[in-house]
Amino acid sequence: MLKARLIPCLDVKDGRVVKGVNFVNLKDAGDPVECAKAYDAAGADELCFLDIAATHENRSTMFDVVKRTAEACFMPLTVGGGVKTIEDIRNLLLSGADKVSINSAAISDRQFVKAAAEKFGAQCIVVSIDAKESSSGKFEIFTHGGRNETGIDAVDFAREVASLGAGEIMLTSMDRDGTGQGFNIALTRAIADAVKIPVIASGGVGTLDHLVEGIRDGHASAVLAASIFHFGTFNIAEAKAHMAAAGIPMRLVTGAK
Amino acid sequence: MMKTVIVDYGSGNLHSVAKAFERAAKDFKIKVDIVVSNKPEDLEKAERIVLPGVGAFKDCMNGLLAIEGLREALQEQVITKGKPILGICVGMQLMATRGLEHETTKGLGWIAGDVKPITPSDPNLKIPHMGWNTIKPHGQHALLDGILTGDDGLNAYFVHSYHMLPTLPEDLIATADYGGEITAMVGYDNIVGTQFHPEKSQALGLALIANFLRWKP
Repeated sequence: MLKARLIPCLDVKDGRVVKGVNFVNLKDAGDPVECAKAYDAAGADELCFLDIAATHENRSTMFDVVKRTAEACFMPLTVGGGVKTIEDIRNLLLSGADKVSINSAAISDRQFVKAAAEKFGAQCIVVSIDAKESSSGKFEIFTHGGRNETGIDAVDFAREVASLGAGEIMLTSMDRDGTGQGFNIALTRAIADAVKIPVIASGGVGTLDHLVEGIRDGHASAVLAASIFHFGTFNIAEAKAHMAAAGIPMRLVTGAK
Repeated sequence: MMKTVIVDYGSGNLHSVAKAFERAAKDFKIKVDIVVSNKPEDLEKAERIVLPGVGAFKDCMNGLLAIEGLREALQEQVITKGKPILGICVGMQLMATRGLEHETTKGLGWIAGDVKPITPSDPNLKIPHMGWNTIKPHGQHALLDGILTGDDGLNAYFVHSYHMLPTLPEDLIATADYGGEITAMVGYDNIVGTQFHPEKSQALGLALIANFLRWKP
């Protein structure tokens, strides 16, 4: 049976982890590669790096981080942040990323999703959607950390990018991101039920029950979290055991599965 | 030292595959030289060959055919000389007679069968089949030696929308359950392929790679 996935996400800026990761025995909590190795050993199902200050100039720093991570971790790695061109995707994949997530470039040019999927295969193209409920009561896509309303209907957009060849959607509940109040379940379910491709729920996880809700009620195929793991509130094994106890099929860490 | 060549024909994930092979060799104390190459002379010197692949069937096949002499060299080493070969994901699919992704494309023709879309019986199941799943062996195979399989076994990492349906039932080595059986491993004699990615499958993957490096079909 296919398992639900638990994905820790690391925000990376200029080759360093933002906020740091609260792990015992970690030599350098700011080194993304050290953090990745710790998550790999802990049994994370995939790993996500988000380059939060990606620019053309510092791009090579991220390639190096991805390359060193791929050498040390044998788990799928998604990299996002500032991905604008086919060349960006090619370089990240060649560095060792398994999937690349596209955000604003997909909003400004839908055909970019199609071109990327045709070039590299749907399996490695993730479209990242930041959405929340707008004043009109619809789910809309927001940019610039949730400040700018685009007027684009998130459900329509998800359907469109799926038909253009995206292999997966990473959906962030912008109204919940950083709050610790859980995913926006109505939003998550609306998107997950609208598309055939898997949806990763992101944004707002504060408790282990939130992870359960994302899969069970939000119909997501995977859940992504950052703070609860980084600050050591919970570890991967606890989170997976909790989800499994709630009846969700998980790849459990105990017994080295 | 014995040499294993990972075939380079422009597929994106060579780096990960090479590193996983180096790690498996180290962990399982196997002395092997891992070489990434598309040169017929390297394939000639190789004891074992790995054919990786991600992306669309047609793109991968065209990429392979674009390298002069590569197809002939593979045919010589794998079919005439019987060297062990491991195909991974689309690299495995290329061994089929035909790929039916978007349009019909001829494969290498080493395993009788077609590569077709997966069609889970439950319409709510997502496509691609993406993530960790257990595998069920159909009989014994050296590459699964010592690996715990079945519902309570180790998980393998899959990401695909198509799978190979071998014509001969005995060529199906293992399946995964995703709204019905989907192909996880195929092969016969010196040829084997996995739909999942051993290089991304942590414990199961490293053990399977080590088994391949020790395999004497």
